[in-house]
Amino acid sequence: MSLLTRKSTDLLHWIDYRLPIIQAFKTHMSEYYAPKNLNFWYFFGVLAMLAFANQLLSGIWLTMFYTPTIESAFASIEYIMRDVESGWIIRYMHEVGASFFFIAVYLHIYRGFLYGSYKKPRELVWLIGMFIYLLMMAEGFFGYVLPFGNMSFWGAKVIMNIIGVIPVIGEDLQIWVQGDFFISGATLSRFFAFHVALVPIILIAGIYLHVIALHQVGSNNPEGIDIKAHKDENGIPLDGIPFHPYYTVHDLIPVVLFILAFFVTIFYFPDGGGFFIEPPNYIPANNLSTPDHITPVWYFTPFYAMLRAVTITFLGMDAKFWGLIVITGAILVLFFLPWLDRSPVKSLRYKGRVSKAFLMIWTFCFIGLGVLGIKPADWAPEWVSPTFTIIYFAYFLLMPFYTRWETCKTVPERITANGQRSR
Amino acid sequence: MKLLYLTITLTLLSTALLAAESPVELLSANTDIQDKASLRRGAYLFINQCTSCHSAKYMRYARLARDLEISEEEVVDNMLRFGATKISDTISSAMTPDAGEKAYGIAPPDLTLEAKYRGVDWVYSYLMGFYKDEKTTFGYNNRVMNNVAMPWILASSQESMSEEEFSRDMRDLTNFMDYMAEPIKPWRQNFGKYVIIFLLVLLIPVWLLKREYWRDIHGLRSPTSV
Repeated sequence: MSLLTRKSTDLLHWIDYRLPIIQAFKTHMSEYYAPKNLNFWYFFGVLAMLAFANQLLSGIWLTMFYTPTIESAFASIEYIMRDVESGWIIRYMHEVGASFFFIAVYLHIYRGFLYGSYKKPRELVWLIGMFIYLLMMAEGFFGYVLPFGNMSFWGAKVIMNIIGVIPVIGEDLQIWVQGDFFISGATLSRFFAFHVALVPIILIAGIYLHVIALHQVGSNNPEGIDIKAHKDENGIPLDGIPFHPYYTVHDLIPVVLFILAFFVTIFYFPDGGGFFIEPPNYIPANNLSTPDHITPVWYFTPFYAMLRAVTITFLGMDAKFWGLIVITGAILVLFFLPWLDRSPVKSLRYKGRVSKAFLMIWTFCFIGLGVLGIKPADWAPEWVSPTFTIIYFAYFLLMPFYTRWETCKTVPERITANGQRSR
Repeated sequence: MKLLYLTITLTLLSTALLAAESPVELLSANTDIQDKASLRRGAYLFINQCTSCHSAKYMRYARLARDLEISEEEVVDNMLRFGATKISDTISSAMTPDAGEKAYGIAPPDLTLEAKYRGVDWVYSYLMGFYKDEKTTFGYNNRVMNNVAMPWILASSQESMSEEEFSRDMRDLTNFMDYMAEPIKPWRQNFGKYVIIFLLVLLIPVWLLKREYWRDIHGLRSPTSV
């Protein structure tokens, strides 16, 4: 053994005696056994984590140059884009990164839908994950306001006015959150504080808990087979393989592909075709000039379409209030998914036809709502968005019934050769 | 499962098709942001024609000189105007917003980001879009912006030039405005390919590494009882 190796081993043990790093590495990497049949849907967790790290790093650099005042917020973005050395790429990494983070997370959540990753014993993993999703929406909203372009301003105004429709406390709550009677300098500076400190700190904690909870119970797989049911004499799942090195080298491929797509976007389509930066955000906030149609960024549009789908005044309450109830419900219902799904099997592969058909229709409606939320309100016939909204809810609310009644296929005991799906 | 993926693909495809629509028929600008000569001509046009009313308050002369390969002396001698004294100054306008508002009813907007805000085709169509219209107070109108507040300042040059020369000038001007909205754009479009090539090459060892490690997994025989 060379002197260097001996010294570094000594150091490692010196640290490990005081801080259990070797055990932590074993628990979460080299002796964390993941099913050997994970497919491409399982990439997106790692990719989301990568996107989050990118947001943290690029965000730190942006705070060095950004000014959270209404007089100079917009100009400070142009300062970053023009005068700060490499400022443009840092800004684009943050801006494109936000959308990529959401793309990864949406696919990551959808994976859960497909393979029943929320089901026992992973309910807490799911709940913490949904909490992270909620925080991301808050983070995305606050972040979008910061450049203080015209869409930032009007978007913030629409969202803040939604808070205002809550009965009794709404108006006071809106003023309390805004810190003023309208969107002003006070609003911008507190949104900055929320965006760079409050929400990211909770997000980091949330993501940490998400991973720890997952590693406590182990990863699900496309077959929904419980690999811990069959262990060898050492207590190692027979169908499991160590996360490190197998999945670490395996995940490097999607990581490189993800970075590739990321940089293609940054270098060639940094505005994301008007979806990542909407054109009205290239003029400064102006409360006298409303954009032709106010649309949120793409990752909010399904919920925005639901908000607009509600047009009736009911029980003396404004349609906006019921719209708020609907979108709150649409997000809250996701939290209950582990208890709504009564199927004896986890994966869609073994579920019945109703589950498969319903998920397909639901997917169509959710994407459809996303499109409707981007388009002006009169773009599609009036019945479309309410119908899609009803189907969105029906999928969840009828789940306890159809998952119990439909006939499922029998899940095999073991993952078959080469991790391929069994026929 | 396959049906599910098909649905998603079809939904996304139909979305992409539906996205292509515009209320006004726009001309295609066909600009080439890598064409430095065109950008230089556009810069002179912008500074000589537009800055009487419009500023470009985020665009520095020094940046323009460096990116478009115009010598600093040339910029200082022939381009700085309306209060700009140093090459590090930004492009200012002869008209204050208040004066503009008095004259035209609306302050002439700052044009730094106009090409990003409206789109390159819109800018080109607007510049090309002025026409004689006896029904309006001033006797002219614009195809993409009805009852336009901006005077038809290009009328005289439009009349003295051939159609071809004029559209070339407007194309150069549009090109410059596209560059001005994001000065890094020509560079990033050039440099991007190296990043892509690097990442594509990186994929090879990464893929080989995975294959090497996973050899033992694929070689694993599963129990025959299943």
